[in-house]
Amino acid sequence: MTLRDLADLVVPFALHVAMAALALAFLLVIWRIWKGPTLADRVLGLDLITSTTVCFIGVIAIDTGFTIYVDVAIGLGLVGFLATVAFARFILVQEKKDEAASHRLEAGDKAADEGSA
Amino acid sequence: MIDVIRILAALLALGGALFTLAAAIGVLRLPDLYTRMHAASKAGSVATGMVMIALALVAASTGEALRALAAVLFFLLTAPISAHLLARAAYATGTRLWPDSVLDEMPQQPTGLRRIKLPPEPSGPPADRPSEGSVKP
Repeated sequence: MTLRDLADLVVPFALHVAMAALALAFLLVIWRIWKGPTLADRVLGLDLITSTTVCFIGVIAIDTGFTIYVDVAIGLGLVGFLATVAFARFILVQEKKDEAASHRLEAGDKAADEGSA
Repeated sequence: MIDVIRILAALLALGGALFTLAAAIGVLRLPDLYTRMHAASKAGSVATGMVMIALALVAASTGEALRALAAVLFFLLTAPISAHLLARAAYATGTRLWPDSVLDEMPQQPTGLRRIKLPPEPSGPPADRPSEGSVKP
């Protein structure tokens, strides 16, 4: 058994096991996104899905030999990073809006109390 | 020699995939957002790094190999930034730690934290935000 035979035996097996593990990881993360419970948990799940997809693209590139797919992986990683940053800002701004609304409500209650008194 | 490199790349890709699976299990099983983030961000960057190094080993040209290594550097730079931003946003909006947590080193002043982190509101008349001074702790 030469080294080439060993490589032809090991490489497809390892790559297929890797793809199965990545598919299982996809399903588990989608379960977490489904369950929540908060928006930040879902954003974290989307971030992990992006890195899982980058891994998947890498494994498929190794399997098929089209290593030009590395450009797709870089682009997807960039988009995923920007999406996570934008979602984090969105969570903060959303909370600020809620806080301003509650302040306005409290002020309205105070004004109503002063008016009645 | 090319066969050794192929076997090495396949094992690296398998290790990266198993790291991703471990991160997914951690995200599903751990009790609160911050421990989940501990599993996801670290294992995510390590897994993508391993797969990209494997891709660089078997790349068809030098340019593709160098781009794969640049991608490793990019993921190592951006994964902590996005995790940090998300954790700060979650903490500032009141996501609490798991009750069995031992230590919370951030001060328990959610309104003060919000006031430091947010930029000033760009538009809107100041009369629209009544009693801003009186609300300050």
